[in-house]
Amino acid sequence: MGTKDVRVNIIGAGLAGLAAAIRLSQLGVQSRLVSVQPSERAQSNLAEGGINACLDLMGEEDTVEEHIKDTLRGGCFLADEAMVEGLCKEAPEIIRELSGYGVAFARENGRLIQRNFGGQKKKRTAFVKSSTGKVIMASMIKEVRKHERNGMVQRLFHHEYTGLITDKTRDEKARDPGSYMVKCRGVYIRDTYDSSLSALYGPVIIATGGMNGVFEAMTTGTYANTGEVSADLFMRGVRLANLEFIQYHPTTVSISGKRMLISEAARGEGGRLFYYGDNEEKIYFLEDEFGEGGNLMPRDVISKRMDMCGKQVYLDLTQIDGDKWNKRLSDLRREIMYYLSTDPVKEPVPVSPGIHFFMGGIKVGRDHMTNIRGLYAAGECSCAYHGANRLGGNSLLGAIYGGKVAAASAAAIYKDEYIGADDTRKDADDFSDERMKAYLKEPGDKDMELRVRMRKLLASALSVVRKEAEIEAAIRQTDSLLKEAEDLGACIRTLSLLMLSKAMLVSAYGRKESRGAHNLAEYPKQAEEYGKNSTVAIEDGRIRLSYEYPGEYCE
Amino acid sequence: MNRLIRIRRQENKDSLPYYEEFCYEVNDGEARISTVLLELSRPGVRNKAGEQTRPVSWEHSCHQKRCGGCSMIINGEPRLACDTRLSDLKGDVIRLEPLKKFPVVCDLLVDRSAVFERYRELGLYLEEETAYDGYDDETVTEAAFCLQCGLCLEVCPNYHPAGEFLGMSGMTEMAGLLVQAEGDKAGELKKTYRRDVYEGCGKSLSCRNICPAGLDMEMLLARSNRRAWTRR
Repeated sequence: MGTKDVRVNIIGAGLAGLAAAIRLSQLGVQSRLVSVQPSERAQSNLAEGGINACLDLMGEEDTVEEHIKDTLRGGCFLADEAMVEGLCKEAPEIIRELSGYGVAFARENGRLIQRNFGGQKKKRTAFVKSSTGKVIMASMIKEVRKHERNGMVQRLFHHEYTGLITDKTRDEKARDPGSYMVKCRGVYIRDTYDSSLSALYGPVIIATGGMNGVFEAMTTGTYANTGEVSADLFMRGVRLANLEFIQYHPTTVSISGKRMLISEAARGEGGRLFYYGDNEEKIYFLEDEFGEGGNLMPRDVISKRMDMCGKQVYLDLTQIDGDKWNKRLSDLRREIMYYLSTDPVKEPVPVSPGIHFFMGGIKVGRDHMTNIRGLYAAGECSCAYHGANRLGGNSLLGAIYGGKVAAASAAAIYKDEYIGADDTRKDADDFSDERMKAYLKEPGDKDMELRVRMRKLLASALSVVRKEAEIEAAIRQTDSLLKEAEDLGACIRTLSLLMLSKAMLVSAYGRKESRGAHNLAEYPKQAEEYGKNSTVAIEDGRIRLSYEYPGEYCE
Repeated sequence: MNRLIRIRRQENKDSLPYYEEFCYEVNDGEARISTVLLELSRPGVRNKAGEQTRPVSWEHSCHQKRCGGCSMIINGEPRLACDTRLSDLKGDVIRLEPLKKFPVVCDLLVDRSAVFERYRELGLYLEEETAYDGYDDETVTEAAFCLQCGLCLEVCPNYHPAGEFLGMSGMTEMAGLLVQAEGDKAGELKKTYRRDVYEGCGKSLSCRNICPAGLDMEMLLARSNRRAWTRR
């Protein structure tokens, strides 16, 4: 394989990765798209309800400013205003681009229509039935294919990330003459079919999705999103942010091997949540508390109420009319009938909150660059737009927009800092990087046992409503797990995941308030002094926790 | 209840295949083959004789019929592992084998990349941006639901990865493009379709009812055939 040429290297071929590849091609920059599985298997295909954009097509006088406000408020004011502004302003253009790539968004009488979604009063969510992600992916895959054929994108299927290639150079821009800058020069990958290694040179965009692996089998996502890349980058000095914010989606059900999501679209189209009172009467607790729009409050708000009510909650879809079922939710009905052997048209479905999305992740600035120059992150693996709680319909948007921004930023430094300068230096070709070599060791049975124990600890300590003492105890237990893992010679991937888990706990322990998806029983109120983003970094082998105001890091 | 699972295994593409048996204790009435394989693919797994053995390789991602990763042959039938409940499988032994049309990488993991490479070579994409002009969006959306899992290719008497015929998943990959493509690209796609889909399909209908996404294959095929032979 041609490792000699310098390209932008995208790790992960879901929506953010595809969006980055397209943008780079448009900018005339060649890229490589590296993924273990083809894009058809990516978690982006599971996204259901839709994608938000102010198109103002529904006669409600929607404005971009309201989309910005809703996103900031939904995220409890932790997201950077300028970044959210960029996201929401670009959203209508993204819908136009997607339509151009071939996405046939739902229409009525020829006009594009939008549906209601959580945390937003206006109908702002463009959709295709309850399979918006799948349909967008189908078109984006073809759009990338065009750029593959014209040589701009090189796809590397069945390859996995195994390490980062970095340089430490004197930072000439820094005030302190002794300070160094870490720069990303490329990435190591391994062919998962024949185990051969390659060193790829050029800027790197990480688009590896959420940290599901830390909670394996407990999330609505895929098994492919292991979180191992985020964990390895963390250990290599990349900063992570807002790890305490884990979105529990209100309407999930347990199926064999995982949790299954019932799309928020079900409530957007008129579904209601209730529990049975003492006299078997249906109590629509959200409507009682918040009025008419109660069922479409942000996800963090609803999950918290469901957790605290102590009752089995049901999703009542029986009042949705037949036309809506046929035109907008037929796929959702089919899925519920298959997995739950119940027809939602006839019977309410018992639901409970389940882990659905990680608002936190790799810390990026407005240009999506991490604290390592030339290393970017986009999509769910990054911490960018969603603050303390993500609004439904903003994840597809955030993945595409983030991919585009990361691509443009990488393109901007690609020629000056990579072409020529690094082209002649291929010193990583000997694969002598110790950490990379250790990363190749696959987990054994002891590793799996440690991971299962860690997962149980985390799931209990980082539930919807958390207790300070439990988190503290979990941190101590994680320390002993880490020690045990080292004594047993656990593989480096396991050790990194344990450290990532600990960082999640430390972040949750540090936040003495309740905000968004983080609810601490002892501190039920939002506290002004915590209106900051938590950042974790590895320093001398230890986790250092600090806080920054939204936007502070970006400037 | 215990179920006996017999798996066709192969360490790598050059090694000889063999069968190995495993005992699986069913605790969950809803357990699917994907649930079983999660267990059998863990390090430290033991076979029926109680000996520690190599974890079973397979491709999987979503576990809910939305990614098409876990295609394999289950008791002789091509199916998705996540779409097959143990309770639906009769008999004492459950037999798991890799798809036969594609090269085995390891155990149940096969290399389907030839499918995607073919799409690239044939230029299955839109050259220009499309705009909604009242086009048949029902076909575009239905076709987009295809998982590219390859089950329809496995049962097809006319499909072979090295042959020209693209199979029904190739038809679905083209169906939306035939609706939306304009100008020269539309002509090129129609020509490709006629040669690599229409002429290759033997109309055996062996792919009927195989699609795990439940695509209306005959509707898509009929409409695409018409489009490939007419102006629109």
